Amino acid sequence: MAEVSLTTEVLQYVTNGVAKGSTYALMAVGYTLVYGVLQLINFAHAEVYMLGSYFAWYQAKWAGYLPDSKGARAETVPLYMVALFVAGAMAACALAGMLIERLAYRPLRNAGRLAPLITAIGVSLLLQYGGQVVFGTEPKLFPTFAETVVYDAGGVKIPNTNIYIVVTSLVLMLGLTFFVNKTRPGAAMRACSHDMRTARLMGVNVNATISLTFAIGSALAAVAGVLVAMDQPAITPLMGVRIGLKAFVAAVVGGIGSIPGAALGGLLLGVSESVVSGLWKPVYSEAVAFVFLIVVLLVKPSGILGKSVREKV
Amino acid sequence: MPEPVLELAEVNVFYGAVHALRGVSLRVNEGEVVSLIGGNGAGKTTTLATICGLLRPRSGLVTYRGADVRRTPTHVLVGQGLVMAPEGRGIFPNLTVEENLRLGAYTRRDKPAIAADLKRGFELFPRLAERRRQKGGTLSGGEQQMLSIARALMGRPKVLLLDEPSLGLAPLVTQAIFATIDQINKEGVTILLVEQNANIALKHSHRAYVLETGEVQFNGASTELRNDPRVKAAYLGEG
Repeated sequence: MAEVSLTTEVLQYVTNGVAKGSTYALMAVGYTLVYGVLQLINFAHAEVYMLGSYFAWYQAKWAGYLPDSKGARAETVPLYMVALFVAGAMAACALAGMLIERLAYRPLRNAGRLAPLITAIGVSLLLQYGGQVVFGTEPKLFPTFAETVVYDAGGVKIPNTNIYIVVTSLVLMLGLTFFVNKTRPGAAMRACSHDMRTARLMGVNVNATISLTFAIGSALAAVAGVLVAMDQPAITPLMGVRIGLKAFVAAVVGGIGSIPGAALGGLLLGVSESVVSGLWKPVYSEAVAFVFLIVVLLVKPSGILGKSVREKV
Repeated sequence: MPEPVLELAEVNVFYGAVHALRGVSLRVNEGEVVSLIGGNGAGKTTTLATICGLLRPRSGLVTYRGADVRRTPTHVLVGQGLVMAPEGRGIFPNLTVEENLRLGAYTRRDKPAIAADLKRGFELFPRLAERRRQKGGTLSGGEQQMLSIARALMGRPKVLLLDEPSLGLAPLVTQAIFATIDQINKEGVTILLVEQNANIALKHSHRAYVLETGEVQFNGASTELRNDPRVKAAYLGEG
């Protein structure tokens, strides 16, 4: 094997990290949106991501793309079918997210902050273990969604899956930013995040806006679920736990409640993990997320792009 | 008798075990300014919150333009022209003056008319025009009150509910706000006004209701109430 310069090596880890960080960012946005509107950490968000993977897997199975399904078709799934599966998973997860809000969180809307938080942990566990009952504990193998092609950019290897991941995430994040800042439902979301009671007096349908917030966050988690499964094809009901925790950290590091903050936090975390695990030891990469969290919380408790909010008296 | 645009009949409201409104009945006719006066905890804000659907009465009727609205959600009522400028003004502190005003027009989709109303609001409150790009949180109390009223007007109210417009304001600023309230009424907006400052509320309204511990004690033409010895003694600091 040819000698690789340190610069190339670092660049390699950075590009890998950008792809990983993009999925963190997609997930982190879900935490941040819900927190922005309800001041609730939706721990079940990680399990919605897991559901996204499974929804896509089942669609692939029903369409006959799994090696062991009856009358299995070609080994790889054409791109338009992938798009279809992603759309299906997004719709199903959006519905799941809205259901979780409607059934678990809305009845506790006026119950202070602690009760919904504990409930969120409960929903998360319910889905993790309910998922093991329904889907089985054995990992399911994702079909190959794209023929892997590795591009060479001056010694830095870039697989096409990473390009899909980054481009998809980028487009979705930009779309979301536009939606939140430039559309009427976006204005309603911003109004609710500032002051729900006043938003209601302005004619905003608060319940519908909260449902929408959950739907959007959950749909993005579904995309992350499929993108990650493309890269690491074994999916399990507990697959959301680690990425969920890290995406949550990314959201806090970036400044919870801020969409650009979630993107930045996700990217920082992905890149640093990848670099640490490449240059040092993979086992240390896990610790990086939390070192990041601690440092940021010490220096700027509201997160990198978070606004320090005056306590309401 | 003129048709009431807003009417409460024998309304009872509870906060848990606390009986906050005890059989409150009141009516607001088209084109009127009606004030609701009384001390702290008399149930004035509760009355407004019940009218605009933030609270549900346990019994009694609330009708707006002839329809029972006890179960109508707040945001729907806003779309029907029943708009409240809340107590404490409810300004979005991190949004600019203009963004605050535009949110007031949230239920509307007629862009040219919204732009015209924005211009109209700035004419009504020139101070807001000067501060249009300033964050709501940086305004003075009087300016926030102006913004709150201007924002409510952006919803094209048929009935405007004002909760304590004089709260925390200097007398001169209060005078200016009430002069504007008169003007808004002259332009055809019906107003129900909640005030602790009975003096100014009675000066600027056609009729008034006096609330005490959740019950209507007196009601009548504002000019008459101003000369009523009981009202004078309890609310006008005279007697």
